[in-house]
Amino acid sequence: MIKMKDVHKSFGSNHVLRGLDLNIETGTSMVIIGGSGTGKSIALKCILGLVKQDKGTISVDGKDAASGDRDAFLARFGMLFQGGALFDSLPVWQNVAFRLLRGSLKRPRDEAREIAIEKLRRVGLKPDVADRFPAELSGGMAKRVGLARAIAAEPEIIFFDEPTTGLDPIMSGVINELIREIVVEMGATAMTITHDMTSVRAIADNIAMLHDGVIQWTGPVAQMDASGNPYLDQFIQGKAEGPIEAVR
Amino acid sequence: MTNPLALIGRTVLTVLATIGRIAIFGFETISHMLRPPFYGREFLSALLNIGWLSLPVVGLTAVFTGGALALQIYAGGSRFNAEAVVPQIVAIGIVRELGPVMVGLMIAARVTSSIAAEIGTMKVTEQIDALITLSTHPMKYLAVPRVLAGVLVVPVLVAVGDIVGVFGGYAVATGTLGFNPAGYIRNTVDFLEPLDLISSLTKGAFFGFAATLMGCYYGMHSGRGAMGVGRATKSSVEGAAVLILAANFLLTGVFFSL
Repeated sequence: MIKMKDVHKSFGSNHVLRGLDLNIETGTSMVIIGGSGTGKSIALKCILGLVKQDKGTISVDGKDAASGDRDAFLARFGMLFQGGALFDSLPVWQNVAFRLLRGSLKRPRDEAREIAIEKLRRVGLKPDVADRFPAELSGGMAKRVGLARAIAAEPEIIFFDEPTTGLDPIMSGVINELIREIVVEMGATAMTITHDMTSVRAIADNIAMLHDGVIQWTGPVAQMDASGNPYLDQFIQGKAEGPIEAVR
Repeated sequence: MTNPLALIGRTVLTVLATIGRIAIFGFETISHMLRPPFYGREFLSALLNIGWLSLPVVGLTAVFTGGALALQIYAGGSRFNAEAVVPQIVAIGIVRELGPVMVGLMIAARVTSSIAAEIGTMKVTEQIDALITLSTHPMKYLAVPRVLAGVLVVPVLVAVGDIVGVFGGYAVATGTLGFNPAGYIRNTVDFLEPLDLISSLTKGAFFGFAATLMGCYYGMHSGRGAMGVGRATKSSVEGAAVLILAANFLLTGVFFSL
């Protein structure tokens, strides 16, 4: 279980997180929604230790996320970045097998390549993609490669940062389905950040609505439409009027 | 209206803070060099990029500098009948001073800028965050191989630059100024001392360290977007050039006192 308690984070005078409380049960898929710049990505980066919170605690399975063996902690996670974040200088298969080519999970090169090709196949890419470079991939292919990299070492927890941003609706649907299938298949705990409501309905078991640096509403996706929460209602219905100030 | 004294004070504090941060970054890099894991492939790739691929620009710079130096010394020396010192002055000028400095500045232009732009782009496209989530320390994976390669390979480039620079002087002196080829080489070899070569190569190692470190530092501290990467690249080259020239002055002083 991932537990965030009273997490605060500011950048200068910009108070992004103002006491965020969030629990993500093991084996469930949590989707965090909210407008741009509300701190969704920061919350995720705080869990991974990419950004250090100013105040509050974050624990994973009861252990403080900031203490203990960092490598062992990070080995439990996989992450799909918004833009893919593929390493330009490495071919696709080395991107996918990055963790398997070095560090504590290191495997022989041939075996790592086999695993990479298998993971590429799992996300719907043919083996000939393995030797291409990231610059030669389309947006959808790059997302799939990013997804293959996120699952290559079979992590217990997978984070997805805006998995469908920049993709056409059909490719978004394909990525959503893949994410759902993979999470169920691996039994992983998933945390997704998005403002794409189609993704929310396809991926989520539970959702959390983040606004003004705090969670305004959290609950099962089935209850989302009848939540009665004005922030969530405004966000789902995409209305300009409501408690969330829309800049015109 | 801004108080000019306050402006000067702020600028000085900013410069001092930057120097401090670069110093800490340098110590961190050295500390990571001494502790595993080590990334051999990245080191070899950096050696190739910094060393082998810099040879053309280093060679061209050195040959033209050596040639121009021979002409200048000949013209200057002829004013007091000292044209014969061309081989000796070209040798000492290239080996002790111009060779290392020209190579250092060429490396700053070619390598520092490319390192800063590459790492800066990695930063803004979240590739450095991705490295961390893949349990790979960015300092070890990005900075250590490049800085270590710089320290080891720039002295080799300086040696090449020295030889090519002296050859440039030789070509001009024997081709257009009427010097005897065998005499030119003999005068050059006889005049140079081991300390000249040691000072040249030592400067190369320091300049390699400075050039690669500045590229890594500014790349990792790049701002957002294309403008952030552009600014980081520009600052890295400026910083590396200033650091190389300052280090050259200090090292020259040290070697003079020996």
